[in-house]
Amino acid sequence: MKEFLAMGGYAAYVWTSYGITAFVVALNVWLAQRRYRRALGALRPAGTQAEPVRQPTVRKMT
Amino acid sequence: MGLKRTFHLLGSPPTVYRLAGLLGPWVGIGAVILIAAGTYGGLVLAPPDYLQGDGFRIIYVHVPSAYIGLMAYVLMAVAAAVGFIWHMKIAHAVAVSAAPVGASFTFLALVTGAVWGKPMWGTYWQWADARLVSELVLLFLYLGVMLLRASFDDRDKGDRVSAVLAVVGVVNVPIIHYSVEWWSTLHQGPTIAQLDTPSITMDMLVPLLTMIAGFTLCFAWLILKRVQAEILDRESRARWVEQLVTGASA
Amino acid sequence: MTPRRQRMVLIGLVVAGVAVSAALALQAFRENVLFFFSPTEIAAGNAPVERGFRLGGMVADGSVARTEGSLTIDFVVTDYAHSIPVSYTGVLPDLFGEGQGVVARGQLNEDGSFTAEEILAKHDENYMPPEVAEALERGRAAGTQ
Repeated sequence: MKEFLAMGGYAAYVWTSYGITAFVVALNVWLAQRRYRRALGALRPAGTQAEPVRQPTVRKMT
Repeated sequence: MGLKRTFHLLGSPPTVYRLAGLLGPWVGIGAVILIAAGTYGGLVLAPPDYLQGDGFRIIYVHVPSAYIGLMAYVLMAVAAAVGFIWHMKIAHAVAVSAAPVGASFTFLALVTGAVWGKPMWGTYWQWADARLVSELVLLFLYLGVMLLRASFDDRDKGDRVSAVLAVVGVVNVPIIHYSVEWWSTLHQGPTIAQLDTPSITMDMLVPLLTMIAGFTLCFAWLILKRVQAEILDRESRARWVEQLVTGASA
Repeated sequence: MTPRRQRMVLIGLVVAGVAVSAALALQAFRENVLFFFSPTEIAAGNAPVERGFRLGGMVADGSVARTEGSLTIDFVVTDYAHSIPVSYTGVLPDLFGEGQGVVARGQLNEDGSFTAEEILAKHDENYMPPEVAEALERGRAAGTQ
């Protein structure tokens, strides 16, 4: 285990790379989910929503 | 007429919304499994490199990140072009969604590359290296497209103007890819440019391909989720969205 | 021409214009886009020798000579057609070694030797386990005998 963590002397570089990658991927997942929840939240009929309704500009989709 | 019909279906917001909702969980599960397997394979199963030892394991996060950063740009540019030419709102929704995700993976490719370069090459960064600088330009293009879009209050205008920058920036994609062949660079040539003759042994290659597949599914999941959100924003007055909301909250 | 057709042509022309400009710019500044110059390019007079530049190639086998008690090192950079002797004082990257790729930033001297201020290691795109590398090495040695 100790040998595994040491990464043949490259521990600092290998674990930094994997750590930053894990962080950015997790952040991406969280941001996408938050983006979706907010879009859904903005649609809830008045009185039932927790957040104030954002009034999106509406255009007919073709 | 199958192609035309598909094109029309993909232009239908409720169809795309429901399709994304159906696909999402499966894509997500696939991403988790492949990334877990790829990480285990890369850190534990793959042998150390003859030259770089265990330091070479950074390849398993660096290459997939760089691949997604480029692939996302091509997707964004194609979607932006389709949206610009055919006035297709779903295509703009895809282009909007691809930008922040692609930017984050490009950032990862730059950072993991720098962290890998320090012990092996002896430097984090070289301003004169064509591969490194063109990859940085890719990040700036993503940020430029996002900023340009955000600078318009009118969503339609933002979509159309930023689409032009997104499409023009695609010129940088072949420059990034071929920089290591056209010019002398510190960065080495491509390891898996041709799948049939990779410059890496099988036991090192399999975890890498697994990781690339996992990152691709992860990217797909992120895009599906964000496109769903974009559709809800853009269609908030449509009957089907109202039904969706009242149905969900009843 | 329909408006859709016009938009298609417009975006096509803009991309083509930018692509051509980029190609011309990269061609005009080619010397600045190159990260390093090989000994052959220097011998042919294609390197900007009047200012500092980078020399790239392989560290010739058996050429590395260290000065004892200091960080000074001398070696030969070769592309197997031409060679240039290099001297350097400072820290070396992990991958520096004989038979390995190297990029040295510095100045070409009057006598044709090169004084480096910075040494970077350049490796190729091949990755393999140590056993495979040894087997390859044995195969190569057997082939040359």
